[in-house]
Amino acid sequence: MPATERKLTQQQILRMKANGETVLHDAPETPRRHVISVRLENHVGALNRVVNLFSARNFNLESVTVGVTEDPEVSCLTIVTSGTRRRVKQVLRLLDRLLDTLSVEDLAPDRLVERELCLLRIGYTKGNRAELMDVADIFRARVIDVTPETMTFEVTGPTAKVNAFVGMMRPHGILEVARSGRVAMRRALVYGD
Amino acid sequence: MNSTPTAPFKAHSFNGRPAPEGVPQEPKGPRMSGAEIFVRSLEAEGVEVVFGHPGGAVIKIYDEMARLKPRFEHVLVRHEQAGTHAAEGYAKATGKVGTVLVTSGPGATNTVTGIADAFMDSAPLVVFTGQVPTALIGGDAFQETDIIGITRSITKHSFQVRRAADLAPTIKAAYHIARTGRPGPVVVDLPKDMLAEEAVFEYPETVTLRGYRVPEEPLPEKIRQAARMIRASERPLLYVGGGTVNGNASGLLTALARKARIPVATTLHGLGAFPENDPLSLGMLGMHGTWYANMAVQHCDLIIAVGARFDDRVTGKLEAWAPHARVIHIEIDPSCVSKNVYADCAVMGDVRRVLEALLPRVEPGDTGAWLARIEAWKARCPLTFAQDGKLRPQYVIRRLSRRAGGNAVVTTDVGQHQMWTAQFFTFVRPRSHITSGGLGTMGFGFPAALGAAMGLRGAGVTVVSINGDGGFLMNAQELRVAARRRLPIKIAVMNNGYLGMVRQWQELFHEERYSHTGLADTNPDFVKLAEAFGCVGLRAATPGEADEVIEAAWRVRDRPVLMEFIVPEEEMVFPMVPSGAATDDMILRRFSEE
Ligand SMILES: Cc1ncc(C[n+]2csc(CCOP(=O)(O)OP(=O)(O)O)c2C)c(N)n1
Ligand SMILES: [Mg+2]
Repeated sequence: MPATERKLTQQQILRMKANGETVLHDAPETPRRHVISVRLENHVGALNRVVNLFSARNFNLESVTVGVTEDPEVSCLTIVTSGTRRRVKQVLRLLDRLLDTLSVEDLAPDRLVERELCLLRIGYTKGNRAELMDVADIFRARVIDVTPETMTFEVTGPTAKVNAFVGMMRPHGILEVARSGRVAMRRALVYGD
Repeated sequence: MNSTPTAPFKAHSFNGRPAPEGVPQEPKGPRMSGAEIFVRSLEAEGVEVVFGHPGGAVIKIYDEMARLKPRFEHVLVRHEQAGTHAAEGYAKATGKVGTVLVTSGPGATNTVTGIADAFMDSAPLVVFTGQVPTALIGGDAFQETDIIGITRSITKHSFQVRRAADLAPTIKAAYHIARTGRPGPVVVDLPKDMLAEEAVFEYPETVTLRGYRVPEEPLPEKIRQAARMIRASERPLLYVGGGTVNGNASGLLTALARKARIPVATTLHGLGAFPENDPLSLGMLGMHGTWYANMAVQHCDLIIAVGARFDDRVTGKLEAWAPHARVIHIEIDPSCVSKNVYADCAVMGDVRRVLEALLPRVEPGDTGAWLARIEAWKARCPLTFAQDGKLRPQYVIRRLSRRAGGNAVVTTDVGQHQMWTAQFFTFVRPRSHITSGGLGTMGFGFPAALGAAMGLRGAGVTVVSINGDGGFLMNAQELRVAARRRLPIKIAVMNNGYLGMVRQWQELFHEERYSHTGLADTNPDFVKLAEAFGCVGLRAATPGEADEVIEAAWRVRDRPVLMEFIVPEEEMVFPMVPSGAATDDMILRRFSEE
């Protein structure tokens, strides 16, 4: 549930404009999804502290993924949250205040590479097996486990692609889905950027 | 959602990583037990007083304290909550870090309220908690609690030390974290087997914490912008919070206000940051602040917030707060900036460094007309109370203030008496007012006075503790501890027979249904209570008696004195901005008197 947000007052909006700041809407800004990348000390309790902060501060937390980075002492967290820019800025500052965080970054949608992994188990019959394999092929999903009644697919891609794959499979009777949540990184700069 | 760390805890490294650079990997010092390392580390850190309570998990430490006769003093408190409040009182009065030592399980959970209080009020504390042996952690062992988990959202940081070799560097880091930046409480959890393990003791000289950012130097362009805004303002107002006191910036703040001729309103925690006997002082602003301070807020064209966080007790209804003002916010904690109120100019950094840079850039201000307007407000609606021969609590506080002069440190508990103290005691020095503001913890006042008195022994300062009849009983057991140490604390108990502040809300907003706020039936005889604990007990029910009791109390020099003042139950704290109302929408006095 998106946390409630205090509205900007009319007077604040006028002052912000006078200071040359962008005020997107005079009405409360609509919340948007943000992908936050955090580099974190890789030790017990550090992740707890981050996750705890979201509930303690009444921020919404859509997904968290965590894994170790190139440096075994450092783990990388990808957090998906939604909120207005002001609210997300506050999250970033609070995250930054934690001692365990080494860097905190709000990844702009056009500046990130992201992937999500999804495992999906489905029951099949002779009648729909070929169709399932066709869908899987379109999404470059692989079969990683199979029994006479069930097949388990692995699919990787941007969240939208994973959503689409799950959507295509749904009519066939999904038995189980496990998704990783997003893993993201800032896009490396190329010439011309 | 994945919530388990992927890598196991690496017990071989301090805080999960290799020993910081510059510290030799193989320390060359004497070998000793973790418990002895603990004692030696506290000595090396320069700790003077430990507020503690023993138990099984920390028995090794207590054993070493008996053997080693350490340089610090241990105060055996009679409840761990009081121990944390005492450590906070000590920290606030002296500016040093307060130290607490308790056992595992119930010892640790008893500190939770005190830790939360210190967190909300940015007090530097290090709380050492015993823990069951590492092999038993997680198995519901006797007196095991996940104190790190329980206190995660109320600590600045916390550590569990699993190897004796990590203990000294962790203690060093804990004090560093508690003290620097925006101060706050740090919990250090000590498993019992670690205290028995042997390691080489060497107290590191430096700390490197790569994820810890101490405030940077303020940006020169922000200083220039702030100075420009101050020069351009016709009706500036300084809004001063506890960060000014914590940052040891009161002197600079005072110099700035006087140089630029800017009136000063303080928050509850800002009291004392600017001398209240200066004509520029408006006293406290906000819910129970002065009418003229709140009028100044509503009419000023510039708010200069210094170490303050725009708390809801200050702003009331945000939409209506300071409608004509632009805002400069000088603040050490970036997460406080533009959180509640948008800052036109945010100067982030150590308050002291910011004011040092700002002071030479401001000019003597032309604020005469503005100050004259404020003078008129002051004259029109000063703080008053009924002078009808009854013993009014405000009278008592005026008398205490006069008796103590500028030479007292005052702690209060939470309730009406706390607000009357803020209103009627004249605070002229920083660190002279200690109260539970953020958490509003009943039971804080007296143990905080105990801690302050421990820290201020020999400083020639009188410690005064002002309490309600409700909250005082929440930690009265510490009376004996103060008596044993011959601390001449002047304790006032404002006995109105009620949980007065709640009663006030019941009277104003709940049609006078005084549900479960009466205390007369369950109050003890406070004078006898004091005597039972080896203190002096005195009672006053009229203004004349109050004067005598105060004089008598100040003559006692070798033990605490409890002064019970019998005050009318119907007295209310005014002025008052009702919760959620606009700041200038104040109730000035009892409706029947209007
Ligand atoms: C531990 C705790 N419990 C409850 C409260 C709520 N509360 C705030 S003020 C107050 C009344 C305090 O009564 P008393 O100590 O007699 O002080 P008075 O207001 O009468 O001066 C209460 C119950 C609190 N702040 N802290
Ligand atoms: Mg009372």
